[in-house]
Amino acid sequence: MCLAIPGRIVLPPSEHFAEVEVSGVRRQINIDLIAHEGAAVGDWVLIHVGFALNKISPEEARKQIELLTLLGEAAEVEREVSGYGFSSGKGNDQA
Amino acid sequence: MKYVDEFRDSRLIRKAALELQRLSSPDRHYRIMEVCGGHTHAIYRYGLHRLLPENVELIHGPGCPVCVLPMGRVDDGLSIAADPRVILTAFGDMMRVPGERGSALEQRARGADIRMVYSPLDALQLARRNPDREVVFFAIGFETTTPSTALTLMQARREEIPNFSVFCNHIVIVPALLAILDSPDMRVDAFIGPGHVSTVIGCEPYQFIAADFHRPVVVSGFEPLDLMQAMVMALGQLNRGEARVENQYGRVVPWAGNPAALQVMDEVFELREFFEWRGLGSIPHSAMRIRSEFAAWDAERKFEVAGLQVTDPKAAQCGEVLRGVLKPHQCRLFGKECTPEQPMGALMVSAEGACAAHYHYSHRMASR
Repeated sequence: MCLAIPGRIVLPPSEHFAEVEVSGVRRQINIDLIAHEGAAVGDWVLIHVGFALNKISPEEARKQIELLTLLGEAAEVEREVSGYGFSSGKGNDQA
Repeated sequence: MKYVDEFRDSRLIRKAALELQRLSSPDRHYRIMEVCGGHTHAIYRYGLHRLLPENVELIHGPGCPVCVLPMGRVDDGLSIAADPRVILTAFGDMMRVPGERGSALEQRARGADIRMVYSPLDALQLARRNPDREVVFFAIGFETTTPSTALTLMQARREEIPNFSVFCNHIVIVPALLAILDSPDMRVDAFIGPGHVSTVIGCEPYQFIAADFHRPVVVSGFEPLDLMQAMVMALGQLNRGEARVENQYGRVVPWAGNPAALQVMDEVFELREFFEWRGLGSIPHSAMRIRSEFAAWDAERKFEVAGLQVTDPKAAQCGEVLRGVLKPHQCRLFGKECTPEQPMGALMVSAEGACAAHYHYSHRMASR
């Protein structure tokens, strides 16, 4: 549960959330922990349990994706990201 | 094991392995503890332990949250689910950890409403959708995970969601390292510091290990080359008689950590006086509890929690393995009564547990 997942922000973020793409899957994640660094479309972030932990370089993101594939965790990553159910792609504070 | 072979052949890995050979003086034994369970998993997955000189020994640290959670806390958490109003939610890793009356999965099979979630925000969403039920999130994890729970609790308070609460088992890595350094059977010469925990807390909190205990700490990434480099750095320090905190993972870990994450953790949580760790016993100031400002969302205040002290199965030697006194396969249950399919101890449950990693990548291959 300690490995973090790289994802790219694909839509302009709202105050607390941003839509990211992780190996073809799009989901909302919370971006409060990187707000002080600013978050914008195209940024790569490390995602942990539905939250962006920090911003990373595209190069680092590529390496992390390779690493997860090599660790045999690509399927698990896809399950996890697909599993984030707190929003279905349209805003997140509503039930 | 195709990938492992590819990595073995990698020129850079081989170079690092040669460098470790060169650095290790034959008259000396080096014991390096990789603190983080993610590192343990990666080391076994790539077979890095087999690339090390004979006198460089890896000791697997306490950095696997489900592994160090004592059985009493597992039972306490699961007991909340006995209330028919309750939906208990937990990460996948937690679902298979054995409690005295079975794991979460087994209790679910007997009728308890226990559901796996990938994010604490999913648990909060479940509470919004089920206003007539009490949704409890079984929170575990080190500082990597704690800020997420903090933000979820802040969101619950902002929206005044009354039927959501957290059973908090968040733990803090530094006091556990201090307990290991203080223990009489302490055998560690240097530490490989955790990668993602350090993105939150930074490198500063490890300074006392260098200053007061004169042990090097090298914060490392998760790639094979990262880990090999970190070991080269640690051996270099040991040979020069130095003890410093170094950051091999600077491309991801800022020296000062993540100020926003530290701030939300502090707003929502405070340190407990003591917390029980499996294998390490009771450690002062080693875990978080929910501050009174958030009492309405604290499952320990909302529900009757017995506070059980359950001893681990006598025959299992999880404690010795966690302290690095025994290797996983030296436990008398390893691979016999205790396997990943039928775990007796938590070290066998999580992919990050030393026993599961050893079983999957050393034991099973050897017995083929």
